[in-house]
Amino acid sequence: MILTEEEKREAVEKSREILKRHDSSKGSLIPVLQEVQSVLGYVPPDAMQEVAGHFNIPSVDVYGVVTFYNQFRLTPPGKNQVKICMGTACHMRGAGIIMESWERVLGIKVGETTLDREFSLERVACVGCCTLAPVAVVNEAVHGKMTPTKVDGMLFSHRLANPKEKEEKPGE
Amino acid sequence: MAGKIKITIDGKEIEASPGEKILWAALDNGIYIPHLCAGRDHHPPSASCRLCFVEIEGYPQPVTSCTQEVTGGMVISTRSERLDRIVGTGFEMIMTNHLTDCKACPKNRSCELQKIARERKFRLKPPRLPRLDRELPVDDSADGIKHDPNKCVLCGHCIRACREKGAGVLGFARRGFERVVTTFNGAPLGESGCNSCTACTLVCPVGALTLKV
Repeated sequence: MILTEEEKREAVEKSREILKRHDSSKGSLIPVLQEVQSVLGYVPPDAMQEVAGHFNIPSVDVYGVVTFYNQFRLTPPGKNQVKICMGTACHMRGAGIIMESWERVLGIKVGETTLDREFSLERVACVGCCTLAPVAVVNEAVHGKMTPTKVDGMLFSHRLANPKEKEEKPGE
Repeated sequence: MAGKIKITIDGKEIEASPGEKILWAALDNGIYIPHLCAGRDHHPPSASCRLCFVEIEGYPQPVTSCTQEVTGGMVISTRSERLDRIVGTGFEMIMTNHLTDCKACPKNRSCELQKIARERKFRLKPPRLPRLDRELPVDDSADGIKHDPNKCVLCGHCIRACREKGAGVLGFARRGFERVVTTFNGAPLGESGCNSCTACTLVCPVGALTLKV
């Protein structure tokens, strides 16, 4: 994921603001990272470096914490957030195959965001409608009984409904 | 020598310093106990490889010898059916995702895994469990150092060495099966600020971090 200069500057500024309110004891590390994520929506590398400097620990240790916990994202959330249910029922009904389909059609891995920032892909635990398994949630809308063909169809209809992308293409 | 205490390991009476861990007392007296993650100067020991189990008389459960301090008159055994099963299973699980390509590996014949297998008569190929290959890319971007994460056993020696002697760029990231030794943001070693001190290659017990040939 390539971040713009403005995003990098914002990451540094916001994390400095947050760090001002915290001491440098080890126990503050996760609360700080959580605050960074709630302000920016993700934890960018520049913010991790600021945080590492504040706590006087190697930046790779902050990276280790951020990648350890599922709650932290490394990439900015996309305009459309796709969440794949990996709960027990969905798992048994092939959620792994659905996840692979999304990864294939979007060209990203779980936890990442497409380069055009249109889609981000996440795994979630049960969303509470196991009878519809396997389930995908796209921007709060629940899509049940998912199949790889349905994934292709959803993306196709999204691209039809959003011709903006097409306008951009000739200019590329 | 003053302050030495006597303990018995596998029927052999040896002397140890108070506060010393069983593992080092045994190794210093020629008694081999398998170990990957332990280091003499690690406080506290990470005790994560689960290979250095011993049984102590009067203790209900086997204990990790890298964390247990010696006390006077302790009677320890390093081999039993139960220990061989525990250590064997631990070793087998490590071997399920260790790329076993000994013939082409620069660590062939000096590999700690081969040593453990030889000492305990374990097989290098896990006999009961399926292999789980991680198929991670090999990183040879740094001068003089090659990092093959598929061979890594996550002992953490390289991370400590990197912090003590090198640029301090190595660390653990991710969790569970996906846990890896990596650099900030997963950057290739060559772009991570690594100063090619090669301290990591000297401490790696397997062929994960090796000198480039």
